[in-house]
Amino acid sequence: MQRREMWLAYLMLAPTFAIILIIVAGPLLANFWISVKPVQLADLRPPTVLVNERVRGRPKAPGDEARLEYRLRNSSQDEEIRDVTLSDVVPEGFTVISHSESCSLNGAKMTCDLGTVAPGWRGDVKLVGTVSEAFLAAHRPERASEPVITGEANNVLTNFDFTFENFSRIFSADEFWSVLRITFYYTIFGTGGALVLGLFAAQLLNTSFPGRGVLRGLFLFPYVSPVIAVAFTWVVLFDPFSGTLNALLTKMGVVTDPINFFGQRAIEFSFLGIPMEFPLALTTVIAFEAWRYFPLSFLFILARMQSINTDMYEAAEMDGATPLQQFWYLSLPQLMGILSVLFLLRFIWTFNKFDDIFLLTGGNAGTRTLTVDVYEQGFALSNLGAGAAVAVVVFVVLVTFATLFIRFSPKEEGL
Amino acid sequence: MKPGSIVLVALTGLIWGVTAMVVIGVTLTLVTGDVALPQASAAGLAGLISALVLVWRQSAGHAGAMADRGLSAAILFVVVMVVSFAAPFGLSLGQHTLWQGLGLVLFVAGVAGANAICLDGAQLGAMSRYEREVVYIRIAKGIGFVVFSIIVALPFYVMIMTSLKSQQALLANPLDLSIDVSQGISGLFRSYVELFTQFNFGRYLMVSAFVSVATVVLTLLFSVPGAYAVSRLRFPGQAFLARSVLLIYMVPAIVLVIPLYAVFSQLGLRNTLTGLLIVYPATTIPVALYMLQGYFRGLPSELEEAGLMDGLSRIGVILKITLPLSLPALASVSLYVFMIAWNEFLFAFMFLDDPDIFTLSRGVVSLNSSEVPRQHLMAGAVIATVPVLFIFLWFERFLVQGLTAGSVKG
Repeated sequence: MQRREMWLAYLMLAPTFAIILIIVAGPLLANFWISVKPVQLADLRPPTVLVNERVRGRPKAPGDEARLEYRLRNSSQDEEIRDVTLSDVVPEGFTVISHSESCSLNGAKMTCDLGTVAPGWRGDVKLVGTVSEAFLAAHRPERASEPVITGEANNVLTNFDFTFENFSRIFSADEFWSVLRITFYYTIFGTGGALVLGLFAAQLLNTSFPGRGVLRGLFLFPYVSPVIAVAFTWVVLFDPFSGTLNALLTKMGVVTDPINFFGQRAIEFSFLGIPMEFPLALTTVIAFEAWRYFPLSFLFILARMQSINTDMYEAAEMDGATPLQQFWYLSLPQLMGILSVLFLLRFIWTFNKFDDIFLLTGGNAGTRTLTVDVYEQGFALSNLGAGAAVAVVVFVVLVTFATLFIRFSPKEEGL
Repeated sequence: MKPGSIVLVALTGLIWGVTAMVVIGVTLTLVTGDVALPQASAAGLAGLISALVLVWRQSAGHAGAMADRGLSAAILFVVVMVVSFAAPFGLSLGQHTLWQGLGLVLFVAGVAGANAICLDGAQLGAMSRYEREVVYIRIAKGIGFVVFSIIVALPFYVMIMTSLKSQQALLANPLDLSIDVSQGISGLFRSYVELFTQFNFGRYLMVSAFVSVATVVLTLLFSVPGAYAVSRLRFPGQAFLARSVLLIYMVPAIVLVIPLYAVFSQLGLRNTLTGLLIVYPATTIPVALYMLQGYFRGLPSELEEAGLMDGLSRIGVILKITLPLSLPALASVSLYVFMIAWNEFLFAFMFLDDPDIFTLSRGVVSLNSSEVPRQHLMAGAVIATVPVLFIFLWFERFLVQGLTAGSVKG
């Protein structure tokens, strides 16, 4: 019974395991592999021999001589291809007289063995023969069958060329450290902002009044809406030329020139004579993050607050505790557990966030975080290896957080 | 008379006067399209005086509370009109008289009401710390309601209204977010019609629906047996498994994108819906498994044991006892997974190049170019949002459960 139960359990978990291993764990390891390989985006298309088939000799009448030519080319300029073979079916009505030495004919089927071809190689295979009525009548008879090419080339993903250039490149770039700093600003303030907003919103809805359900539903909108919708709405709303907000600010005379919220890296000002910079785009992006994710902390905090025993507040009321004292000395300690769990989880998730910044600023104007850098290196700069190297950095930082999270998460919150 | 109390009362009136004026003035601008210059200082002064009058009458111990409030509201109206030279919104009363009148009524009612609620029980004489804090908290909560409602609702309002505008109207006055009824229904929904006829949005909608539903089905197929095994069956490594599931869904998608892109490109899976349908369930199964196992654990195991006793097989028990009992959990998991799949952006963006198989997210991103007008982009955003919001409002109870149980993922 015990054994059967065990095997049943493993059987039931097997599909889940298989897909998670293939799609999550596999790529995680593959990242380490790719990060030490000189892979460009273009290398994903493996080198092949390209073939172009045509009829030469302009046969006019049945019995005329014609040539069937296959022009071949190695698509790669720096990789050789081994064991190249070409096979095709000779078109109907074409009687072969002679053919290239590398080829052999078996009935209508032709196979050519071309061996190893050098990088950038060009060559051709010729068949000489006579044509029949049917051949002349058909429209492009050579197209009746596609020539098939096989061959083996080094796949840059699976060979054993290693390089540390990806890592040395990303670590030596000046911007890497600023990317790291921006990531932490974004993560800390985004998480904190969402938590504070959520705590405040939960306080508002913790008393019952008519319309509370509607407000609760409304407050969850930013979180449940698709990120593309809300991100583009923010972009339109804050647009410096046609955005509502800037139009409002300029027309009402609050500011003289429109503010480019998502495009301006910093506003310079001086405080007590010291020149300072206010990172504008980063702040706007952080505000978006807080706005979009406060509903989540709001939901958790509200649920926790409603489970707090009200006797305590009545007793405190008796003893003359003021509302702020009640909040500070009773509510907040009760909420500390859920707040810290939320902080840790949101911290990790904000750190992981890619979509929001990518859609809002594309990582420009001083908002490039590590996750956006993965995309930037891997796809915008087409250097998959460097992108994977940044992804490895992301993963290492994440594992550090997760370890801390498991060490310090309060057990009683049930996560 | 205590100076401290007077300052508190005056401040309350001032805050509400200014807040109400700014909010109503801005709303008026957005509704009419003409720039209102809300006279915040006049409104603040009016609010301040009317608050003082209200509390003065209150402290004097008059019983007729309604009369006091009426007096305070009247003073509010008179002061704001006099100080702003009868133009509280910076517009002459001849313009948009109806809207201005409505705004004025809202202003007077709002400030008078807010003052009355916040200053209920306040006095000009000495107030205890408790009484003062009650007033602070009422003000903070009031401001909180106003601010939260605005920051949440404004972007959605702008999204909908922009999508209903024409290009010329948007360029002419970005402030005008009113509905221009004169262009008729077809003119109003022109962007939507164009999206469906010229931009293939009908197809994107179908693809998104198909991908999301298929993801839900696949996720349930995988996660139900898995969750059952983790929560009910005893086997070595059970505790470790239950915990490691949580870790899996902290892995960010962006870390998986490069290897998956590389491998899928070579396997020819990249630009296909099959590729998406492999990746999406893989990212949602851990969440679903985590949520379901929590629920299965809460079900009384006696029921299942009784079923086993009566000769049902394990599979029979799951199908006939466990699953019918966990319909609410299945509903919230399904809705939550549907939402994740519908809203997913990164993989759709990286994998899909062929406009025939774009999901909505991918389709809306393709609208974000300088050649496509803004109202089309916003209409696309509305099309992507409406189904999710509709489902959310319809099944709010289930979805909120799902969110709280599973939204360790974000």
